[in-house]
Amino acid sequence: MIGSLLAAAQNADAPVLVAQNVAFGIISVLMIYSAIRVVTAANVVHAAAFLVVVLAGVAALFILLGAEFVAITQVLVYIGAIVVLFLFGIMLTRAPMEGSEKMSRDNWALAALTGFVLLVLLGYTLWDGFGKNKIPADLQPTSTGALSDVIFGQYLVPFEVVSLLLLAALVGAIVIARRD
Amino acid sequence: MFLNQFLLLAAALFCIGVYGVIARKNGVMVLMSIELILNAVNINLVAFSAMWFNTPGANPLAGQVFALFVIAVAAAEVGVGLAIVLAIFRNYKTVDLDQVDLMKG
Amino acid sequence: MLTHVWIIPLIPALSFVAILAIGKRLPKKGAEIGIASVAICLVLALATGTGWISRVNHPPESAHAEATAQSVEGHEAEATATASATEGEPAASADAEHAEGGAEAEEHHVTPPVQRNVTWFETGDVTVKAGTLIDGLSALMLVIVTFISLLVHVFSTDYVGGDRRETHYFAFLSLFTAAMLFYVISDNTLQMVVGWELVGLCSFALIGHWWEEKPNSDAALKAFLTNRVGDIGLLVGVIILYFAAGKTFDVLSLNTQANAGLIEHNLLLIGSLCLITAVMSKSGQFVLHTWLPDAMAGPTPVSALIHAATMVVAGIYLVARNYGVFFNGLSIGTANVNALAVVGCVTLLFGAFLAFVQTDIKKVLAYSTVSQLGYMVTALGVGGWTAAIFHLFTHAIFKACLFLGSGSLAHHIHSFDMKKDMGGMRKRMPITFWTFLIGTAALMGLPLITAGFWSKDEILAGAHQLGGDGGYRFAVIMGLMGAVCTCAYMTRAIWYVFYGEPRGKSAEHDLHENGPRITVPLIILATGSILVGYANLPEKVFGIGVPESLSLRFEHFIEPTGAYFPSADNSFSHPEFVPWIALVSALAIVIGAGGAYLWYFKDKGPHGITERNKVARTGYKVLENKYYLDWLYTDVIVGFVKGPFARATNWFNQNILDGVVNSVGKGARGAGEFVYHRIDQGVVDNVVKGSGLAAEGSGSVLRKTQNGKVQWYAAYLFLGATILAAIFVIVAS
Repeated sequence: MIGSLLAAAQNADAPVLVAQNVAFGIISVLMIYSAIRVVTAANVVHAAAFLVVVLAGVAALFILLGAEFVAITQVLVYIGAIVVLFLFGIMLTRAPMEGSEKMSRDNWALAALTGFVLLVLLGYTLWDGFGKNKIPADLQPTSTGALSDVIFGQYLVPFEVVSLLLLAALVGAIVIARRD
Repeated sequence: MFLNQFLLLAAALFCIGVYGVIARKNGVMVLMSIELILNAVNINLVAFSAMWFNTPGANPLAGQVFALFVIAVAAAEVGVGLAIVLAIFRNYKTVDLDQVDLMKG
Repeated sequence: MLTHVWIIPLIPALSFVAILAIGKRLPKKGAEIGIASVAICLVLALATGTGWISRVNHPPESAHAEATAQSVEGHEAEATATASATEGEPAASADAEHAEGGAEAEEHHVTPPVQRNVTWFETGDVTVKAGTLIDGLSALMLVIVTFISLLVHVFSTDYVGGDRRETHYFAFLSLFTAAMLFYVISDNTLQMVVGWELVGLCSFALIGHWWEEKPNSDAALKAFLTNRVGDIGLLVGVIILYFAAGKTFDVLSLNTQANAGLIEHNLLLIGSLCLITAVMSKSGQFVLHTWLPDAMAGPTPVSALIHAATMVVAGIYLVARNYGVFFNGLSIGTANVNALAVVGCVTLLFGAFLAFVQTDIKKVLAYSTVSQLGYMVTALGVGGWTAAIFHLFTHAIFKACLFLGSGSLAHHIHSFDMKKDMGGMRKRMPITFWTFLIGTAALMGLPLITAGFWSKDEILAGAHQLGGDGGYRFAVIMGLMGAVCTCAYMTRAIWYVFYGEPRGKSAEHDLHENGPRITVPLIILATGSILVGYANLPEKVFGIGVPESLSLRFEHFIEPTGAYFPSADNSFSHPEFVPWIALVSALAIVIGAGGAYLWYFKDKGPHGITERNKVARTGYKVLENKYYLDWLYTDVIVGFVKGPFARATNWFNQNILDGVVNSVGKGARGAGEFVYHRIDQGVVDNVVKGSGLAAEGSGSVLRKTQNGKVQWYAAYLFLGATILAAIFVIVAS
């Protein structure tokens, strides 16, 4: 991150958006810390709380990228609904609230290795492939109207399919979770 | 702003998510890690959408539309996933995925 | 109709869905939908046939054809002699065709087949088309399949009426009809593979229709698994030919290239040998025929439709459709012996032997089918294409007649055992008796009046005249011997079933003739068994000329013309009627049927020889055990794999591989103990476990990976994908 910030600073041609970059730096550090805590926290409820931070950070990034509607949806659906669902799940499964029980498996080292190798690989590939690409400086926030035009025009059929998928998932979840 | 800032952040989130999926014992926690992975993807989609913001011929909104779809699919996934975790909990009295090894060969 | 022939398989396919959906609620349990759809198909098939005949009579001018051939969804390719050679060297091949086939082409007007296709899918630069190909052969097959299928449907309404899974029965009959029709109108080999597998699936489902009884489900499994063996051959053959012909599945292009010599001979040879494996399994040729007699466990109408008249000729059709490949690959026109002819001859003779010792009438007919399919394969093997297809046609009719006849016999007594439960049926079931007798006469090839005579005689004449120097002599001899056996075992069957005193269940039951839904199809088929023989009268019979408008009509309309059929080849010719062969085959009937008549009806001859004579007893035992082929397959091969082979593998696994793995693991652990304890536990141990993928091949390590813990699998998945991606990145950069 710092490298790219420096690179942006050195690039004299494009205007340097200092405010955005500072905001990005703060958000990204916060997100990565929270994400690590999500997967390492001993307490399940704490993990859920850190997940909220990560999701909020993602929403903030969306705003930074001009995708306002997606950001609002992110807050509504993820933080408003999915995290609540998680909390219900935690409650119903009576998961330990204290860090008494071991939360990570014995193969955490293998997992760490996998994650690390993957990160190195992705990092190298991204650096190699998109090292020079810049987000246009004249980026304007997307209007919700334009987005709705696209969804209900060009992507109408996928949209309907997604709504069908949600219905199927609803029915499936009820069938699976039902007591009988 | 460089495109790579966002992509690298997404990559980091993705890898942390992968770590969580493999390393966590609790079924609910595994689902949370999957959410991390899905969000990483969403960041990528929106970042590319911004990237092609004023390129002629490109549809700058496609990425955002797909991000919305991913959010919808994630909601469906969590619903079914939690239902499965509940069913496991009812039958095994635990959400520790190591205890559920019916696929043992 | 010629261009919209895709409708024909669609109708029974829809009927399949409709029967499954609403069949149970209908008064006839879905039979009415099936019958209606097949009847419509028959009408459409006849329309196709008529269309083809008028096309042969008035071959279209190519310009006119192109003008009419435009359509919205696909483009219609009129495969004329010049247009058919694809990317290769079109000019050279077309010239060669004209130079060689000039004389033939004048005699036979070239009637281009009607091909019509749409793009099925595209991957990269490969475009695979799906389409229909109509020429005489496919039009004929359409008519045969729909005709027999309709009669079998009608017969079945009585035969399986009240069965507990009647709806499923009719649904699968419809699906089978759809699959078979789809198969015969395919214009590319890939589509043929699809149809081939679909008919196999329906065959499986219908053999195991009464799966509650163990032998039935075993028979279904056996049929399916034996066919899988051949399917491998089919797939390999199709793939070889695909690459050999410059990446095309198209039947016309494939055969045109084969005929024009654009494909290397060895490739054609290997490809056709692979396809012969497929023919051996599906068409019940020797060594892979064992499933066919067991398939008689299915309901009798199914046996008539699938395991006698239509599905088992799929193999024959495969050869006939790709005849250019086989003709050139096996050098049929110039050789004296080839794989196809040998397989056919061995099958026709050995199948006929086996029919002798069966006590189950359906098994007699089943082995007879094996033997007759052998005749067809022989005919194709010696170059008598028309003879083979003509025999396919007549055989479909009379064998369906015989099978339905046996079903009619067993309808009340529920037994097919000729020795125990039948006898004296002649008086009590007269219609069945007479139709069965006519079918038998056709099968024996009673001279001049029955269909079987004309087709079998053409095969024998072909074996005598075609081929290189001296013809296929062994095929003539074996074919005549087969004819003797055929007559003998059918006489034996007639004796056991219809003559003598009623035995067993037939004595207990008050037998009477079945209702019209059973007898009418029998009468139609028996009439056909006589009439269809006149479709291909030779030009001269015993020196008496047959008028041109009557002779060789079948050959005229059915045999393809054009570059995709080897008729232009110098070595391809048509056999003529040979008086001495006709006389000898008549003599064969006298010997075979007469001998059996004396033995059974008059009780003459050395009865009890199998008890007294050691050689005869051994022969009888070998036949009774079906040449020990089943024993070979199940006990020897499977037993070897299960027993010694598995033990040896296990020993190797336990002692050698485990030793290596264990010592590697010990070494790794020993080294790990020097390292900080936590890393040892956390990393090295886990990495050793995780490297199970690397140590693939060792049973012990692989077993550890199958621990049922889902997250381990996730770890392998992610790690494997990462490593693969890393390799790609490194290779690419």
